[in-house]
Amino acid sequence: MSIPNQHKISAQHVNVWYGAKKAIDDVSLDFGSDHVTSLIGPSGCGKSTFLRTLNRMNDTIPAAKVEGDITLDGEDIYAPEMDVVQLRARVGMVFQKPNPFPKSIFENVAYGPRIHGLAGNKTQLGEIVERSLRRAGLWDEVKDRLTDSGTALSGGQQQRLCIARAIAVDPEVILMDEPCSALDPIATAKIEELIHELKGRYAIVIVTHNMQQAARVSQRTAFFHLGTLIEYGATSDIFTNPRQERTKDYITGRYG
Amino acid sequence: MSILTLSLVIAGLGLIGWLTARMRAVGFRRGSTARFSSLPSHFGGYVALWTVLPAALFLCVWASTSPALVTDRVLRDPAAAQLPPPGFDRAAILSEARSLAAGNSFGAFNPLSQKLAPAYAAAQNRNDWIGSAVALLLAFATGGFAYTRVRPDFRARSKIERVVMACLLAASLIAIVTTMGIVASLLFESWRFFSVVPITDFLFGTHWSPQVIDPADPGKTLGAVPLFWGTFFIGAVIAMLVAIPFGLMSAVYLTQYATPRARRWMKPILEVLAGVPTVVYGYFAALTVAPAVRDVAVSLGITWASSESALAAGLVMGVMIIPFVSSMADDSLAAVPGAMRDGSLAMGATSSETISRVLLPAALPGVVGGVLLAVSRAIGETMIVVMAASGVATLTLNPFASATTVTKQIVDLLTGEAEFDSPKTLAAFALGLTLFVITLLLNIVALTVVKRYREAYE
Repeated sequence: MSIPNQHKISAQHVNVWYGAKKAIDDVSLDFGSDHVTSLIGPSGCGKSTFLRTLNRMNDTIPAAKVEGDITLDGEDIYAPEMDVVQLRARVGMVFQKPNPFPKSIFENVAYGPRIHGLAGNKTQLGEIVERSLRRAGLWDEVKDRLTDSGTALSGGQQQRLCIARAIAVDPEVILMDEPCSALDPIATAKIEELIHELKGRYAIVIVTHNMQQAARVSQRTAFFHLGTLIEYGATSDIFTNPRQERTKDYITGRYG
Repeated sequence: MSILTLSLVIAGLGLIGWLTARMRAVGFRRGSTARFSSLPSHFGGYVALWTVLPAALFLCVWASTSPALVTDRVLRDPAAAQLPPPGFDRAAILSEARSLAAGNSFGAFNPLSQKLAPAYAAAQNRNDWIGSAVALLLAFATGGFAYTRVRPDFRARSKIERVVMACLLAASLIAIVTTMGIVASLLFESWRFFSVVPITDFLFGTHWSPQVIDPADPGKTLGAVPLFWGTFFIGAVIAMLVAIPFGLMSAVYLTQYATPRARRWMKPILEVLAGVPTVVYGYFAALTVAPAVRDVAVSLGITWASSESALAAGLVMGVMIIPFVSSMADDSLAAVPGAMRDGSLAMGATSSETISRVLLPAALPGVVGGVLLAVSRAIGETMIVVMAASGVATLTLNPFASATTVTKQIVDLLTGEAEFDSPKTLAAFALGLTLFVITLLLNIVALTVVKRYREAYE
């Protein structure tokens, strides 16, 4: 019964309150399934908050309240009949700081498939883990030490492990909340390369502080300021020919 | 001079030293524009400390050696030749003479002590004079020496800092020295015990009844295995069966589910439970829980159930330990980074899946450490078992049967009329030593585990 929609996720007139404070003010944005969208803007502009509405992670904050329509393949994700467990399996998330579980590398990736019952047996589980680690570009580095703790990896490897963990449940959308802000330039380059490879297979939404990164990895860019969406368009347009004065000021380093 | 007047005089000298040094410092500061490293009050403090501390130290040493010197002198008195040989009688006469000399008693049982009293008084008097004179001279000498050092370029401030550090060090050493003293006395008495009773009999014997000791083979009825078992059964099995699940679940609720408001009133109440005096738990165990447990057992058809069952003591002990386990588990769960929880929730895991598969495993070392500390507290716990457990040592697996613990037996052995060198009394020290070693090991293991866990997340 889903309405045919060229957009994977569509957000219409979204408002978010933290208690009495309005963090997001009437934002409407659509995300296509075949490209990477980056959300940029100065600190505290609401880009991370907006990202977290897309998989209902704001539910874990008692004071947060979300209004507006957000649909995934035409289904309202805030509808009472929406199963949050299923939603989060379809919309995966990678966090700012790598947060592998204190378990083995294998168990980190197997975590999602296990709780969602995606693997019928051990062999299948092994295949899922291998496939996910390969896609995350980590397989060759860890294939001989899958039983080592995930927390023993380097920061960049941990972040790729978290991406593998998100991929393992076969999501349709991957949300990335400043995935490289805790990494060194080399690890960052690897993650960006990985985002290129994942493009097309998943709809990717990435929040970033780094405008060069937005320019490098994304096809669409949305610029947030003080909880409102200032400008949204093709990344090349935003960076070379912004329509709004504030966008221009931000990308040229006038503030932010 | 009495010790009180002497202390007051020395304190007075200290005050004078403080004032004069301060005045002198104020004097050389006046009219000078140079910066001084120390304020006048530092010079004052420096001189006062030098006046008071050496004299006070001397008085401490003197107070502890003086009685022996006095007795020594009295023994050289011709009247002392009639004293009985060293032993109880001799000590009794001497102490009687001492209190007569001090004017604390007016009659004496032994005429000899009457005769010795004047000698005692004289010796005491002489010693007091020597002590006072030396202390005062010392105060003058050291205070005067310090006063001569009060000069503009003298850094009294840093000297005082050193004295402060030394005082703090001494304060912390007192705790350590006391602990070592306790261990030494335990070791000594236990050594006396083990020179009468073979250590193997004590550690591996399964029969414990200290009331009937065969002088020829005291080890036969001093086998402590039933006590160790009872302690383990009550403190580490029954109590933990209560404390671990309830403590853990309350910690999980408080950290993961409770609203801040619920947490605000529930946590203090739980902590009040930890503040209840154990003797009150003892009443509760003996008067309420124990009869109830026996009634339940009887209704289940166990007619011989004891009213001093292991179960009653263990249950109440478990309740006592709940807040302990809960707060340790609470700390460990709170130390797991929130990103861990978010990561799991973002994978589509529910709260309870997140807790059981990510948070608890991550917090496990901390929880285990907390449980080990709780066990060590439970097996050292005395009041509840004294009031609720039985005195009969039985080697049993049945929770309705009576069982006793090491602590309960120590109390039983040392109360009542006991001579202090029978195997029965000395056994208490051996038990104490064993308990001490076990809890010490448990604490070391637990703290290592907790510490390693803390390092993992910081």
